[in-house]
Amino acid sequence: MNPFSSGTRLRDMIRAIRACKTAAEERGVVRKECAAIRAAINENDHDYRHRNLAKLMFIHMLGYPTHFGQMECLKLIASAGFPEKRIGYLGLMLLLDERQEVLMLVTNSLKQDLNHTNQYIVGLALCALGNICSAEMARDLAPEVERLLQFRDPNIRKKAALCSIRIIKKVPELAENFINPAAALLKEKHHGVLITGVQLCTDLCKISEEALEYFRLKCTEGLVKTLKDLVNSPYAPEYDIAGITDPFLHIRLLKLLRVLGQGDEDASECMNDILAQVATKTESNKNAGNAILYECVATIMSIEDNGGLRVLAINILGRFLSNRDNNIRYVALNMLMRAITVDAQAVQRHRATILECVKDLDASIRKRALELVYVLVNETNVKPLTKELIDYLEVSDEDFKGDLTAKICSLVKKFSPEKIWYIDQMLKVLSEAGNFVKDEVWHAVIVVITNSPDLHGYTVRALYRAIQTSADQESLVRVAVWCIGEYGDMLVNNIGMLDVEDPITVTESDAVDIIEIALKHHTSDLTTKAMALIALLKLSSRFPSCSERIKEIVAQYKGSLVLELQQRSIEMNSIISKHQNIRSTLVERMPTLDLLQWEEQQSGSIPTTTSTSAHASINIPNGVAKPSSAPLVDLLDLNSDDVPAPSSSGGDFLHDLLDVDLSKQSGVNHSPNNGTNALMDLLSIDVLSSPSSNSVQPTSSAGAIDLLDSFATNSPIQENNGPAYPSVVAFESSNLRIGFNFSKLPGNPQTTIIKATFTNLSPSVYTDFIFQAAVPKFLQLHLEPASGNTLPASGNESITQTLRVTNSQHGKKSLVMRIRIAYKMNNKDVLEEGQINNFPQGL
Amino acid sequence: MLASFCGKKVMRELSGVILNRGSKLCNFIEWRGLKVVYKRYASLYFYMCIDQEDNELEVLEIIHQYVEILDRYFGSVCELDLIFNFHKAYFILDELLLAGELQDSSKRAVGHMIAIHDRFVEAVKEEANSISNLIAQVNM
Repeated sequence: MNPFSSGTRLRDMIRAIRACKTAAEERGVVRKECAAIRAAINENDHDYRHRNLAKLMFIHMLGYPTHFGQMECLKLIASAGFPEKRIGYLGLMLLLDERQEVLMLVTNSLKQDLNHTNQYIVGLALCALGNICSAEMARDLAPEVERLLQFRDPNIRKKAALCSIRIIKKVPELAENFINPAAALLKEKHHGVLITGVQLCTDLCKISEEALEYFRLKCTEGLVKTLKDLVNSPYAPEYDIAGITDPFLHIRLLKLLRVLGQGDEDASECMNDILAQVATKTESNKNAGNAILYECVATIMSIEDNGGLRVLAINILGRFLSNRDNNIRYVALNMLMRAITVDAQAVQRHRATILECVKDLDASIRKRALELVYVLVNETNVKPLTKELIDYLEVSDEDFKGDLTAKICSLVKKFSPEKIWYIDQMLKVLSEAGNFVKDEVWHAVIVVITNSPDLHGYTVRALYRAIQTSADQESLVRVAVWCIGEYGDMLVNNIGMLDVEDPITVTESDAVDIIEIALKHHTSDLTTKAMALIALLKLSSRFPSCSERIKEIVAQYKGSLVLELQQRSIEMNSIISKHQNIRSTLVERMPTLDLLQWEEQQSGSIPTTTSTSAHASINIPNGVAKPSSAPLVDLLDLNSDDVPAPSSSGGDFLHDLLDVDLSKQSGVNHSPNNGTNALMDLLSIDVLSSPSSNSVQPTSSAGAIDLLDSFATNSPIQENNGPAYPSVVAFESSNLRIGFNFSKLPGNPQTTIIKATFTNLSPSVYTDFIFQAAVPKFLQLHLEPASGNTLPASGNESITQTLRVTNSQHGKKSLVMRIRIAYKMNNKDVLEEGQINNFPQGL
Repeated sequence: MLASFCGKKVMRELSGVILNRGSKLCNFIEWRGLKVVYKRYASLYFYMCIDQEDNELEVLEIIHQYVEILDRYFGSVCELDLIFNFHKAYFILDELLLAGELQDSSKRAVGHMIAIHDRFVEAVKEEANSISNLIAQVNM
């Protein structure tokens, strides 16, 4: 007995493993076997290599690591005998995947085996190649496979055909070589070769325009005839399934005809008869028949219009939809998705049935139906459909709620005819499934609310009512807290009552109660609490009589272990106690958030925030660069956990770079970090400036004042230039030039205002243009929002951006800056980096 | 059609999802962007991950083909047959599907190929045995 075999045969090992009662026991057995196998490998044993690999494969299937056996596969494949090669190739396919470098070593063996005299060994090689080859192997061995497409034995031809599919998928450039041999396969009689040949042609058409043209021209008629013969063929026991001869071939032929007929009148014309025949004659009581009908309908829907055929297809669809078999209904819903583009009317007629399917017991059917409903919604039916969906939302189960909520929100946003309807629906959704609602969605709700001034009263009252019943829905609580804080006076004084409303009495104290409950509720997370604190600040200004009480509530968080809450609490307390004179200005009514810019950002034309916290902020970069001090208090700061940098070009994308440098700076812009950041968020979208706030004089409180300071100085900046400094070309590459203009404020030699101009030197337009900069510790950098983020080609227009650099080592060290520019050119991301060292002296 | 090698973690999670499905529900699942067709035979589930364009009903037929071929080969196939002869189950699968597509629609043809392969293996074994007998005799 070979000392390097563990002595057990494969089935004994399997039996031993199955007999194990615990995981630890199993691990023990596996370990022992692996050790024996490893020893055998080390000694290069070949007697039991076959058996050892089989064992390894079983162990691999159980989930244990088996990479040490990979080379054994290669040795077995290189052996002379059929049994060794067979198990070796199987091992190769199971234990390796195309990413492993070991795979490359097999290429030579494969080549030899593809040329082997024993055709069954050729078959093994084709199988392995077709299942896992990489692009390089495909390239190397394509000529062999091409040759084998014309081998004498049909079993090899069929394998070669399928192997070719993988090759052309991995290396599309080789597709042309396979067109002619593939076309030849279509004329064969052997079903295996036909099926695989048709499949190869279908994939060729998808990859190569040339192939599509060729097959369309030369082969359409032949294929129609083949299908005709097949449909009319007599009973053939070998291929019969449920009374139909070779349904698989039916289906593949129909697929190929679909590809050929799509977009081409003549080809479509050619196949009308046979499609009609298949649609009418195929028996639909067994799965095989239904599979064929399914494919047939799909083909009819895709090719060029023929009224009669379409009617046939829609009829079949209707039948499927009302079938009791769940599989058939699922497939029908799929078909309907395709039918929408072709005949929307017909699909609308089935709306009621589809809505029923949304409520079906079967999760897969519900999903399909929901997608279909989503596509069916238009301006006329949006209200009733939304109502149905929201009604269902109340009873649907948890896993479905997420999908359903997302779809409803999307629909409401897309089609809402008037703001009040939007608000109503969204409030319902938030009350029912607020926890499933994504952040962007409830942010959008707030944006819309601010844009509907005549609905402010209505909304805040509705929210007040909703929060009484659905306080467990986090998003609802947040929106409610924000609105009550913002419009609390409307709530209490019943301002802006609409006819449809019932009167409601809410005292100032009630309003504060609600916020306090939200603040203290154990399920409220950081964002909600933070928002609640701000809402309280607002209310302390709007309801002076509650100011003391609010101060006490806020004070409870002065010692909070959460930095964000502690900070807010202290700052707000400070404002309430010592700065009544500026308090009301601070919490003035929010201006309308710019709806258009918000939507633009959402649709992705402007990159959204890359904030790492779970909550995105409404960060609309490149907003209007005229910041006003009016809503200084952070209303929507949701980057609670980050320490974002105070300077930003309106986008969070700079925070990574700037954060590192600036957070180490002492004093100045440091303490109201979060406030400033959110400040940027809001201010960059603020359109109205409030001139009165600029006159506020700085007092001793560090935080708020710095905010005012930095912004109060903004407007005069452009006018006052200090001593002139020469402009420089800061950066130039083959695609881009950046120029810097310098100026200083009088009396402030440490700070330099840099106006950066970006010029596109290439003939392609750049989109998503973002400029980032980082400076060493002795410098402080602040970026204003850029004038835009699309840079037209060939210097037709430029983007400008203002930077402010403060040099704490003015006179001793000169400015230096590292920059990074990211943009999209021809839909590819481009990144350029550089260092700017050529600042003029004395900056 | 997608190859079955989606990674072990995926397979394990997917198995969980499938086992939790009710019996009267349809045989198709959409899971993490993948489409899966499954069919249950006694205590065994066979599932296949497919592309978006594939015909789900046809895949059910393909699974059935495979099971019938296994049945013919093992003679009333049961779970233990597949466990102890997993490599043979794979060999048969490799005659039915290649690069994720169907190779032949005839069960007889697939069975025939496997029979030929098995005969090769038998022949080699016999030869090996006769040689070892010879050697054993010589050594005696």
